[in-house]
Amino acid sequence: MNRKIAPPIKDAVEYALALKPYDHFELDNGIPVYTVHAGAQEVVQIEMVFYAGNYFEQQKGVAAATNFLLKNGTSQRNAFQLNEAFDYYGAYCNRSCYNETAVLSLHTLTKHLHHLLPVMEEMITDSIFSAAELEIYQQNVIQRLRVNLQKAEFVAGRLIDAYVYGPSHPYGVYSQIEDIERLTVEACQAFYRNYYLQGKCILFVSGNLPADIRPQLNRHFGALSARQHSLAIQPMATLPAAEKKYCIQNDPKAVQGAIRIAAPFPNRHHPDFKKVAVLNSLFGGFFGSRLMSNIREDKGYTYGIYSYLQNHIQQSAWVISTEAGKDVCDATIQEVYKEMQRLREEKVSDDELLLVRNYMIGGILGELDGPFQIMGRWKNILLNNLDEQYFYDSVEAIKSIDANEIMALANRYLQPAHFYELVVY
Amino acid sequence: MIQFERFTLENGLRVLVHEDKSTPMAVVNVLYDVGAKDEHPEKTGFAHLFEHLMFGGSKNIPVYDEPLQLAGGENNAFTTNDLTNYYCQLPAENIETAFWLESDRMLSLAFSKKSLEVQRKVVCEEFKEHYINKPYGEVWHQLRKLCYTSHPYQWMTIGASLQHVEDATLDDVKAFFHKHYTPSNAILVVAGNVDTAHIRSLSEKWFGPIPSGTKYVRHLPVEPPQTAPRKLEVKAAVPLDALYKCWHMYSRTDHRYYTADLITDILGGGGSSRLFQSLVKEKKLFSNIDCYHFGSTDAGLLTIEGKLVKGVSMQEAESAIEAELIKLQSDGITAAELEKVKNKTESAMAFEDMSIMNRAASIAMYELLGDADLMNTELSRYHAVTIDQIKSESRVIFNENNCNTMYYLSDNSIL
Repeated sequence: MNRKIAPPIKDAVEYALALKPYDHFELDNGIPVYTVHAGAQEVVQIEMVFYAGNYFEQQKGVAAATNFLLKNGTSQRNAFQLNEAFDYYGAYCNRSCYNETAVLSLHTLTKHLHHLLPVMEEMITDSIFSAAELEIYQQNVIQRLRVNLQKAEFVAGRLIDAYVYGPSHPYGVYSQIEDIERLTVEACQAFYRNYYLQGKCILFVSGNLPADIRPQLNRHFGALSARQHSLAIQPMATLPAAEKKYCIQNDPKAVQGAIRIAAPFPNRHHPDFKKVAVLNSLFGGFFGSRLMSNIREDKGYTYGIYSYLQNHIQQSAWVISTEAGKDVCDATIQEVYKEMQRLREEKVSDDELLLVRNYMIGGILGELDGPFQIMGRWKNILLNNLDEQYFYDSVEAIKSIDANEIMALANRYLQPAHFYELVVY
Repeated sequence: MIQFERFTLENGLRVLVHEDKSTPMAVVNVLYDVGAKDEHPEKTGFAHLFEHLMFGGSKNIPVYDEPLQLAGGENNAFTTNDLTNYYCQLPAENIETAFWLESDRMLSLAFSKKSLEVQRKVVCEEFKEHYINKPYGEVWHQLRKLCYTSHPYQWMTIGASLQHVEDATLDDVKAFFHKHYTPSNAILVVAGNVDTAHIRSLSEKWFGPIPSGTKYVRHLPVEPPQTAPRKLEVKAAVPLDALYKCWHMYSRTDHRYYTADLITDILGGGGSSRLFQSLVKEKKLFSNIDCYHFGSTDAGLLTIEGKLVKGVSMQEAESAIEAELIKLQSDGITAAELEKVKNKTESAMAFEDMSIMNRAASIAMYELLGDADLMNTELSRYHAVTIDQIKSESRVIFNENNCNTMYYLSDNSIL
């Protein structure tokens, strides 16, 4: 045995990746349901996706407040009783609000599902939004915001989106303390009526599903007065900032700067998106990337540096993100641009490209392990108005992209002049 | 029920195999029985710094990450006060790559000067990012010093100071490796789409020839029972006052641990827990409040922490917590409340066990506690906890003399 010689491997690119298909049906009222039945554990995940994100709000913060307060009181149960209903069975009911969508999710042992669906139904048909609950919500959100505003990374994350999309675009907008103070019960109730009670809803159901899952879902959600065919997303124009470079003093005692470098990028329907995902991996998408190897593993300027394409429906941005020592922030930014330049001017070697391909394919293989992960892929595909071909084309892009294409894409997109640059100390 | 097989190599390395043919992947998890508690008080943060150095090349392999990524794998590691755990996941066909990589760094590191220099800086940036450049980031630094007078849990895994990390030398690195990174001090767990017989032969091939080294025998200072309340006031440049109360609890292997664990859920586990309902929702004294413990191997801390609503005084907030604790000690809990936290535990375990990565890590950690099969009997231990035990243990734990309190006061003049 010679320890200097690596054991033979099967190149991950030789794997034929398959995305387990979903089952699809509609409830009586036309609400689409996607299910993936898989997994050894007796658990189930239900995600009710409503088109009720901040894209639809007329007043800042209403979508998030409405989504959060779904669990804070119906005419039958107060907030404590709602929480108790889930906690008693060891289940988790979470709310999350995004740009286009807002989600009410349930994670539970399969055996308890039938106790919990009626509670979910109650929340989406009979929430009351009391003044007392809104007041506590406002107070606690404001307190949390005060803490977050002291964190450079939080401030940087808000500002860079505002530069790229404009502060009135749903992807660039952010709340100030006064916005939270202005929230009213009436605004939440109106939003609830329009986007939950008579909203557009899609169900994603995965895990070890009971045999009667269809009738169960239909019983509780099949009579909602959902508007399945309205509420289309019309892409909103962005209003990017004119100035490209920013340096913000947030904390006089800061020992690090939060660096964000970002450029607008098209959405997943653009023909370059899938191939740029490979270029992104090479650039800053994983631990072995150029940015990480240079700026962390060679220079020690940061604990971590990553680049990524934002997961947005209408349009995306390519972002480089890191926290670096205060005295090396400028050097870090210079190295980021140097790595862009290398990708534009030098062809990536076969070895490095094979490594990136294998890493990405191995990653997908690992990510498809388990019903929730499979459904996560499907959800992203479907909510972006794509189909399974997108998955297979993405895999094919990883397997087939060549060094010339990578260089051409780097020349098209990794141009410093396109990028906004921000440091928050 | 998690099935596994266990065997021990001649050099003392324990190997556990968990087959799961439903996945195309395999996980190789190597746990070393060394954590921040094994550090010298003047050289803290070393176990964690060392974890970084484990990726800086080994005797025969110049870099760890690249061959693994080429094999379609990814990896990470973490260090706690008790242990250091390394794991990688890769397509099952390529599992030998993980054996090659893991065995070579157990055999010997490259002890590269450059790696030490770079990782000292990286860890310093990690220190700044998580513990300095963040409001409340240094809280546990203060609390550990307050709560522990003797036991090495008195410092955080990242280290007691940046200076300790900056001062680490290559000689320290070598000594640490030879003392702790030996087969007899490690547990190897392989999980996923594998055959036990094949794993046995791979283990013998790659790990078998590594010299067993000297078994490290731990002699840690014992924390004497606390006999009087301790209080600390810190002024910091934070936007909100925060209150922290910590009580010493039981070690991970003590049978009363399960009772203490359920007490934290009754007080602080989610939207229907007692402290949240009473102090955030009804009395509106806190904007958030949590009750938790770290599950540490040696006797740990049961902690209640919360951020005060602007305008509320520390005394008022603290008395309200104490009133809830007295209620628990005198009235106990209902059968439904106990059922709730037991159900929560059962459910949390089922979700945790979904990925082979988590299962592999759990097997390693339970084996470190004495027997991997504990993970299969754990739930019955929770089920055995009674209403009376909750009441009596809450009297023992929430004793005034066992309590450490920190007022973390917002002082914006510091900014």
